[in-house]
Amino acid sequence: MPVAQEGTYGVLAEFETPSDLVRAAQAAYHDGWRRMDCYTPYPVEEAAEAIGFHKNRVPLITLVGGLMGLCAMFSLETWISTLAYPLNIGGRPTYSWPAFIIPAYEWTILFAGFSAALGMFAMNGLPSLYHPLFNAPNFRTGATDDKFFLCLEATDPKFEVAGAKAYLAAFAPTSVVEVEY
Amino acid sequence: MIDPLTGEYKVLGPDQTFKSVTAKISDIVLTPKTALGWFALFSVGGAVATLVLVAVTWLFLKGVGIWAITQPVAWGFAIINFVWWIGIGHAGTLISAILLLFKQGWRNSINRFAEAMTIFAVVCAGLFPLIHVGRPWLAYWLFPYPNTMNVWPQFRSPLLWDVFAVSTYASVSIIFWYLGMVPDFGTLRDRATWPIAKYFYGLLSLGWRGSVRHWMRYETASLLLAGLATPLVLSVHTVISFDFAVAVLPGWHTTIFPPYFVAGAIYSGFAMVLTLAIPLRKFYHLEHLVTERHIDNMGKVMLGTGLIVAYGYGMEVFMSWYSASHWEFFMMWNRMFGPMGWSYGILIFCNIAFPLTTLWVRKLRTNIAFMFLVSIIVNTGMWFERFVIVVTSLYRDFLPSSWGTYRATKWDYMTYVGTLGLFTALFLLFVRFLPMIPMNEIKMMLPSAKITPKKAVGAGD
Repeated sequence: MPVAQEGTYGVLAEFETPSDLVRAAQAAYHDGWRRMDCYTPYPVEEAAEAIGFHKNRVPLITLVGGLMGLCAMFSLETWISTLAYPLNIGGRPTYSWPAFIIPAYEWTILFAGFSAALGMFAMNGLPSLYHPLFNAPNFRTGATDDKFFLCLEATDPKFEVAGAKAYLAAFAPTSVVEVEY
Repeated sequence: MIDPLTGEYKVLGPDQTFKSVTAKISDIVLTPKTALGWFALFSVGGAVATLVLVAVTWLFLKGVGIWAITQPVAWGFAIINFVWWIGIGHAGTLISAILLLFKQGWRNSINRFAEAMTIFAVVCAGLFPLIHVGRPWLAYWLFPYPNTMNVWPQFRSPLLWDVFAVSTYASVSIIFWYLGMVPDFGTLRDRATWPIAKYFYGLLSLGWRGSVRHWMRYETASLLLAGLATPLVLSVHTVISFDFAVAVLPGWHTTIFPPYFVAGAIYSGFAMVLTLAIPLRKFYHLEHLVTERHIDNMGKVMLGTGLIVAYGYGMEVFMSWYSASHWEFFMMWNRMFGPMGWSYGILIFCNIAFPLTTLWVRKLRTNIAFMFLVSIIVNTGMWFERFVIVVTSLYRDFLPSSWGTYRATKWDYMTYVGTLGLFTALFLLFVRFLPMIPMNEIKMMLPSAKITPKKAVGAGD
C-alpha cells in the first residue's frame, strides 16, 4: 500500500482495447520496467502475465484457514463429548468420530471461505479508500467502465517523468497523464 | 449459435459493448427515478411481509401451541417451509459455484440475482427453526459456548449438524455474494453523481481500482470459494435430509434421502430463478443479457434434476414393497390412498406428470410464458413434496389408537405467506440498490474482450 508522499506517483497511459494494453505492458516489461501495474474493468489474465505476475498466495491462505477450521471443530467436539460433558446416549461411545465429521467438515469450509475472501482483500491492501490514481480524472471515469490503463510507477529505478511519458506515448495511447500523490 | 468473432457459443444479444453493459446495468440502480411498478410491488411485498411480523409476535406471546403441531404430527409447517426455502436457495449456489467450475459462461448473466435469491431464501428458511424451538430468545443455546450452566451441545444429533450446516451456508453465501459485487460497487462509485450514493458505494467497494494484480487474486479467491461452495451446498441438503433419514420412522428412514433431497432442492431452486428472472428481464428490458438461451438451459437443468427426483419417488415406492416391511408398505399405501392422498396426487402432477413431459420440447422451453407457468407449478409441487414427507409419514404411525391428522391453523398460513412477502420485499430492495447482473463478468464474455495476438510493439521478441 503506497504511503502518502509528496510528488509524483507515476505516469498513466489510457488504452481503448485490452489488446493494446497487453502489448504495451509486454513491451514495458521487456524493456526492463518492473514497478508498474495495469488497471482493467474486468480480469485480463494476459495483462497480469505481461507484467510478470504469475502466482499468488491466496490458495495457501485458504488451505491454512481450512485446516484451522477442521482442527478447531474436531477437537472442540472431542473435548466436549469425552471430557467436558460426556453424555451416554444408548451406550454409544462418547468419542463418536463419524458423527463429529459433519460439523468439522462445515467448519473447514467456513474457515477456508473466510480465509480466501479476507486473505484476498488483505493481500490486495484493501480496503484503502484513497489511492493517488483516483486523482487522475480519466481514471475515475474509465477504469471501472471501458478503458484500460498502464501505470509506470515512480518507485521504478528507471523512472523519470519526461522519459516515462515519452516512453508510453510511443504505444499510441489515448492519453498519458502524470499522477500526483 | 457459434459467434464467428470468439469461436464460442453466443449467449448475449448482439451489439453489446463495454460501455453499453455498464450503462444498462448501473443505470437500473443509479437512476433517480424509481419505477411506479417497483413501488407498487414493494408495497404489496411489504404488506404481505407484515403478516409474518404479526404471526411471529403472536407466537412469541402465546407459544408454538398456536400452530397445528401436536401428537402424532409434531413437525408441521415450520419444518416444511424450512426445507422448502433452503432448497430454493440451493440453485443460487449451484449457478454461482458449480456452473462456474464447469466453465458455463452463460451463467454469468443470472448468477448475481440467483445468489441474492439464495441469501434471501436462507433468511426465510432460518426463521423457521428459530421460531420452532419454542423459546426463540434462547436459540443461542444451539451453539457450543462456555456457560455458567456447564452444559454443552450433543454432537451426535443431526439437528445440531443442521445448525452448523445452515449457519456455514449462510455465511459463505453472503461472503461469496459480497465478494462478487465489490468490483461492481467500484463501477457504481465512479458512475454515481449523487454524493450520498458515491459515498456508500465507495465504502462498499473498499477502494477497488481494478489493478490486474488484485484481479488475479480476486479470480483465485472466487474460484476457491466456488470450489468450497460446491461441496458445501451438497452437504447442506444432505444434512437436512439426515434430520429425517436418521429417525427410525417408515417414510423417513431411507438411504436415498440425501441425493434425492439435493436434486429436489436444485429442481425447485431453478424454478424459483425462472420465477424471478422472467418478470425481471421483461420489466428492466434485459432481454439481451438474459436471453432465451438462458431460459432454455434452465429448463434443461430442471428436466435433469426433475428426473432424479422422479427416480427418488420411484425408489421410495419400490423399497416400501421390496423391504417386505409391513409398516413401510402401509405408510406408502396410506400416503397414496389415505385421507391425505390428495397431497401425493398434487405432488406427482406438479413435479412429474406436467413438467417432465413438457420440458423435453424445445419450443416449450423457449416459450417464456410457458416456462413461467412451469416454474410456479414446480415450486408448488416441491412444497407439497416436503408436506408429504413430513405429514404423511407422521400422522398414522404404528398404533392405530394413536393416529391423528394435521390441519394447519391460520397462524401457520400467515407465517408461510408472510415469508413469501418478506422474500419479495428483500429481493426488490436488492434489485433497486445493488447491481443485479455482474458487469465485470458480462464484459469478460463480450467479443471485444478477446486479446488479439499480435507481437508487442517496440519489443525485440
